[in-house]
Amino acid sequence: MVRDITIGQYYPAKSVVHRLDPRVKLVSTLLYLISLFLFRSISGYLVATVFLVTVIRISRVPFSFIVRGLKPVVLLLMITVLFNLFLTRSGDVLFHAWIITITEGGLVTAVYMAVRLIYLIIGSSLMTFTTTPNELTDGIEALLHPLNKIRVPVHEVAMMMSIALRFIPILLEETDKIMKAQIARGADFESGNIIQRAKSMIPILVPLFVSAFRRANDLAMAMEARCYRGGEGRTKMKPLHYKHRDYTAYAIVIIYVIAVFAIGRYLPLHIWIF
Amino acid sequence: MDMVQTEKLVFEYEKRDEEGNVIGVSRAVDEVDIDVQEGQFIAILGHNGSGKSTLAKHINAILVPTQGTMWVNGRNTKDPGELWNVRQSAGMVFQNPDNQIIGTVVEEDVGFGPENLGVPTDEIWQRVEDSLRSVGMIEYRHHSPNKLSGGQKQRVAIAGVVAMEPKCIVLDEPTAMLDPVGRKEVLKTVQKLREQKRVTVILITHYMEEVVDADKIYVMDHGHVVMEGTPREIFSRVDELKSYRLDVPQVTLLADELKKRGLKIPDGILKKEELVEALCQLN
Amino acid sequence: MSIKLEHLNYVYSQGTAYEKKALNDICIEIPHGEFVGIIGHTGSGKSTLIQHLNGLIRATSGELYYNGENIYREGYPMRGLRNEVGLVFQYPEHQLFEIDVMTDVCFGPKNQGLSADQCKERALEALRLVGLKEKYYNVSPFELSGGQKRRVAIAGVLAMQPKVLVLDEPTAGLDPKGRDDILDQIAYLHRESDITVILVSHSMEDVAKYADRLIVMNRGAVMYNDEPKRVFEHYQELEKVGLAAPQVTYIMHDLAGRGIPVRTDVTTVAEAADEILRAVE
Repeated sequence: MVRDITIGQYYPAKSVVHRLDPRVKLVSTLLYLISLFLFRSISGYLVATVFLVTVIRISRVPFSFIVRGLKPVVLLLMITVLFNLFLTRSGDVLFHAWIITITEGGLVTAVYMAVRLIYLIIGSSLMTFTTTPNELTDGIEALLHPLNKIRVPVHEVAMMMSIALRFIPILLEETDKIMKAQIARGADFESGNIIQRAKSMIPILVPLFVSAFRRANDLAMAMEARCYRGGEGRTKMKPLHYKHRDYTAYAIVIIYVIAVFAIGRYLPLHIWIF
Repeated sequence: MDMVQTEKLVFEYEKRDEEGNVIGVSRAVDEVDIDVQEGQFIAILGHNGSGKSTLAKHINAILVPTQGTMWVNGRNTKDPGELWNVRQSAGMVFQNPDNQIIGTVVEEDVGFGPENLGVPTDEIWQRVEDSLRSVGMIEYRHHSPNKLSGGQKQRVAIAGVVAMEPKCIVLDEPTAMLDPVGRKEVLKTVQKLREQKRVTVILITHYMEEVVDADKIYVMDHGHVVMEGTPREIFSRVDELKSYRLDVPQVTLLADELKKRGLKIPDGILKKEELVEALCQLN
Repeated sequence: MSIKLEHLNYVYSQGTAYEKKALNDICIEIPHGEFVGIIGHTGSGKSTLIQHLNGLIRATSGELYYNGENIYREGYPMRGLRNEVGLVFQYPEHQLFEIDVMTDVCFGPKNQGLSADQCKERALEALRLVGLKEKYYNVSPFELSGGQKRRVAIAGVLAMQPKVLVLDEPTAGLDPKGRDDILDQIAYLHRESDITVILVSHSMEDVAKYADRLIVMNRGAVMYNDEPKRVFEHYQELEKVGLAAPQVTYIMHDLAGRGIPVRTDVTTVAEAADEILRAVE
C-alpha cells in the first residue's frame, strides 16, 4: 500500500496563508521565532498570542491538527518545565517540602519557557501545514540564491531536497517489500538484544542501499537524457513572484515584531509574580 | 532524411574481477550498422544481454562509441559540442517508470525537460499541457506520481520527453515492467503520437507483439545485428528467432506449425485475422 | 498440506479515511500437489491474497486452514507455517544481500535453526534445482545477471524445503527464453518434488500451459475457480475485467464463427494445431 507521507504534514485548504509566497512564510516564521525571545513580560506574550491565534484562524487549519503537532514534544516540554521549576533559585520561595523547593523565579521561568516552546512549535508547524514541500524547496532556493556568489551550490542542494522528497515514499514502500520478503524466509526483527536486532537489519539495509544506488543511477541517466546540466541556463515553470498580499504580509509581520518588542519591553503589566 | 545512422559502431567495456583488476574486454555492440529515416517506426529486438539497450544508449549520447560512429540528426555523437543538440533531438523513455520521474507533481515533471532547455515560462506551460493531452494524462496534471499505475507513469514519462519537442523518441523497453493493461496503454500512446506529431520512433523490446506495425525490425544477438527486415519477413523465420531466444506471438507460431505439417499458409502471418482468413481460403 | 480459505476478508486501513476492502469473502480450497494459477488485473487482490497464505498478512475476518488447522487460532506457530509455505515475491532478486550466493541461499535454512552442514546441503540441492552452475556459488550475488539473480532468490526459498511454493509473477521482466526457462523449471519442480505450486501471473498463455486449475480474481473477489479450459470459455467476461484468453482461444472461436468445425476450448498452440488439422482434413 503506497503511503504518501508528506514531511511536516501539509494540510490543504483555501486560505490567504496558503497562497502566500513561500519566502514570506519562511522569513516570517523565522522572525516570529526570534520575536519570542525579545520580551519577558505578560504583555509581550499577549501580543504574541493574539498574532498567533489570528494567523491560525486565517489559515483555516483546524486547531486539532495543530495540537497534534505538539504530541511528539510533550515529553521535552515536561522535562523543561520541571527542570526550571525545581532548579531555578531566584526570588521568594513559594513552596518548600522535603527536598523540593519552588521559587518565584523558577515558576516564572518554567511557565515562560513552556509557552515559548509551545509557540515555537505551533509557529513552525503552521508554516509546514500551509506550504507544500515543493514550495518550501523553491522558497529556500530563492532565498539562498545570493549564496551562489560565494560558490555555495544552492540549486543543486534544492534539487537534492526535492528528489529526496520524491523518493521517500518509494523507498519506504520498498523497505516494506524487502522486510516481507525476508520475513517469508524466516527472518526475525523483533526478538533479541540490541546487538542482535541491529544485525538483523542487515538483510533489509543492504538490499535497500543497493536499490537506492540503482535508482540514483537510473535517475541521473534520465535527467541527463532530458538535458539537465545543473542550474545554469534553466528557466522555471513555477517562478516565485511577490504579489500584493506578500508585501502586505511582510508589513504586518514587521509591525508585529516592533509591537511585541515595544509593548513587551515598555508596557508594564503585572499579574501576581509574572 | 537520415534521422539516426551508425557506421560499424562498436562499444567495448572492460571486465573487472573482484579486486577491480581488468581481466578482459567485452564487446557489447559489435560493428553495428543501422539506418533510421525521419518519421519511421523502427524496432530493435533482442534477448536480455543482446546489446540492444547498449546500442539504444548511443542514440542520445549517454554512451559514446569505442569505435565507429553514430550520427543523430546529422550530428556526430562523439562531438562534445553537439551533446545537448543530440539529446534534444533524440529523447529517451526508460524501462523503470519510477526511476525517471523527478517531479513530485505530474505537471512539474513534464516541465522538467523544457526548464532544462531554457524555454520561457509561458511556453513551458503550453508545452506541458499539449504533451499531457497528447498522452491522455491531462486530468492527472496535479496528481502525485506515486498514486499512478505503471502504464500511467510511463505515459507521464513520454509526455516529459514530448514536451522537449524532439525529432525522435527512443523507448528502451518501456513495457518490460508493466502489466498487460499498462503495456497496451503505452503502445496505443506511441501509436497516437506517431500519427499526430509525425515523430520518429525507435522501440527497443523483446516482445514481438509490439513490433507488428514497425516499418523495419533489427534483431540483435551478442552485439551483432543478425536479422533485418520488415515484420512480415522477420516473423516468418520462427526457428531462427527462437534460436535468438525470442518468441513470436501465438498466431505466428501456430501458422508456422500448420505450415510445417503441410497446410498451405502464406508466410509472415502477424495477426489472427490473417490466419483465420488464410484457413477459410483453404476450405 | 492442503490450504482452505473460508469467507476470508481483508480491509486496509480500517477505520481511517483510506479504508478499502482488498479481499471480499474468499472461499477457496487448494488440495495438496496441485498447480494453481491465480490471475487478475493489478489491484484485483491477488498479491494481498497470497500474503495471507504464509501469515504475512492477517485476515480481518474469516478462517484459513493449513492442513486442517486454523492458523488464526490462539498459539498457532506462524514461523512453522512459513517453513512450509514458501513465498517468492515479484522481482525476488531485490532481496539478495549476502557476500556470496551460497551464504544467501543458506539464510532461510539458518533461520529455520538448521546446522551449518544441513544448511549447506539444502542450499546445494536448491541451487541444483534452479539450474545454477557451481562456478557461481562463491560469487557475490550482485555480480550475476538478472536471470541468474532471480534463480538464486528462488533457490533461497526452495532451500527451506517448503511443501507449498507460492510465486508472484516469477517471469516479470524476463525475456521470452528466460520466461520459458523459469516456468519449465517450476513445472519440473512440481513433478519431481510433489509440492503444491501457486503461481500468480498476468500471462494467460503461461498459466494455461502449466496450471491444473485457474483462480481468477476481480476487485477482491473470486470470479472463476476452475480448469483453464473452462475459465477461458468465459473469454468475453474476462475481457470486460481487463484480462484476456490466450490468443489461440480467440483464433479458434473466430474459426468456428466462420464455419470451420473446430473445438473452441483450446488453450495452447499444440492443441490448436492438432485441432485445426483435424477439422481441415
